[in-house]
Amino acid sequence: MSAAPDAPDGDGRGRRFAGAVPPSIVACPDGPLLVRGAVPLVDDQGAPVARRRATVALCRCGASTIKPWCDGSHKAIGFEAP
Amino acid sequence: MKLPLPRGPFGSALADVLATTASDADPAERAALAAAASRAVEASTDVLHDEDLQLALFVLYELHYRGVEGVDEDWEWDPDLLRARAVVEAALEDALRRRVEVPTDVAPDRRSVADTLFAMTAPSPGPSLSRFVARRADRDQVRELLVHRSVYQLKEADPHTWALPRLGGVAKAALVEIQADEYGGGAPDRMHSVLFARTMTGAGLDSDFGRYVEEVPAVTLAHVNTMSLLGLHRRLRGATVGHLAAFEMTSSLPNRFYGDGFRRLGYDATTTEYFDEHVEADAVHEQIAGRDLAGGLAEQEPELVPDILFGAAACLLLDDLVGRHLLDAWERGASSLRVAA
Repeated sequence: MSAAPDAPDGDGRGRRFAGAVPPSIVACPDGPLLVRGAVPLVDDQGAPVARRRATVALCRCGASTIKPWCDGSHKAIGFEAP
Repeated sequence: MKLPLPRGPFGSALADVLATTASDADPAERAALAAAASRAVEASTDVLHDEDLQLALFVLYELHYRGVEGVDEDWEWDPDLLRARAVVEAALEDALRRRVEVPTDVAPDRRSVADTLFAMTAPSPGPSLSRFVARRADRDQVRELLVHRSVYQLKEADPHTWALPRLGGVAKAALVEIQADEYGGGAPDRMHSVLFARTMTGAGLDSDFGRYVEEVPAVTLAHVNTMSLLGLHRRLRGATVGHLAAFEMTSSLPNRFYGDGFRRLGYDATTTEYFDEHVEADAVHEQIAGRDLAGGLAEQEPELVPDILFGAAACLLLDDLVGRHLLDAWERGASSLRVAA
């Protein structure tokens, strides 16, 4: 796959990184949602959320300072997943 | 990297040998290296803080990475150098094993191993290097921080990559997933080592690897030497995996603080990008490292669980020792470096 070296994945679909990885979402115990593969990520207006890596972690505790991504804050607040 | 000035008798003996080519070196002189290493180890009161031993070991390890300027590449696999290195490595591993506390009776399954690693690395509310940097450090101090970090971060990820051919299945795939991201997903200017180089440049520092080796104390070198020790020995693959897991698990939150500190001091977004990238990336990596990598390896090779936890504990010990060194110096109003950078 080719892309400008520093270009984030502009359409939010993870195409640049998707490769042969089948789409999956892993709910980490008391932690984030790990998203792999070509899963479209969009905001509430439908606009793509640019992603910069093949596997991303979505905040599940609500405390992240970089939402929608996880920043590890679930550990600091003692988040327990339902 | 230029060959740094030796800090004691073993480093001097090593420098003399490295000044020659492997094919021309005096057999007696090179054979005497292991004995010089043994004497230095016996004379040492604290291997983790021993300037002579840690710098010499750092130089010996660099032969396996990008090499040392002017040093014959054939030295990398020279039996006499390896014998001398083994003496220092044994002392380092022994010092680490004696100083760390490793949880026992952890079941060799994903959940137990990951939970144990997350418990070992749980954020503590007390004073820390990263909080000091966020709130109080001045420009000289954050530059010192970068100088310390540069002996690892300019080759970030490389020591753990040694473990790749020693793993299989789920654990190998997990390590590839993490390391690929460390190396920028294949984009040269997204490599974490390159982001760190830009941070150094933004702070007015030289980003050539090894440029500041002369300035950093033994304990900083012990941190990176431990990664090389674990990474270069197949026997210690469990410890490498545990080390990486602990490293990733103690990264996101501190890097947010480091970024905040640099922003408070007026550094631009290019300079803080390294820290911001790690807040996001390592929140991903810690999950993969704890569950798929360490947990996966524990299920494949249950006998490695104690080593996985040892590697994690060694990472935490050295992170603590280095952090304490910097904070102690700064609280005294002193530099944490050997020579002002």
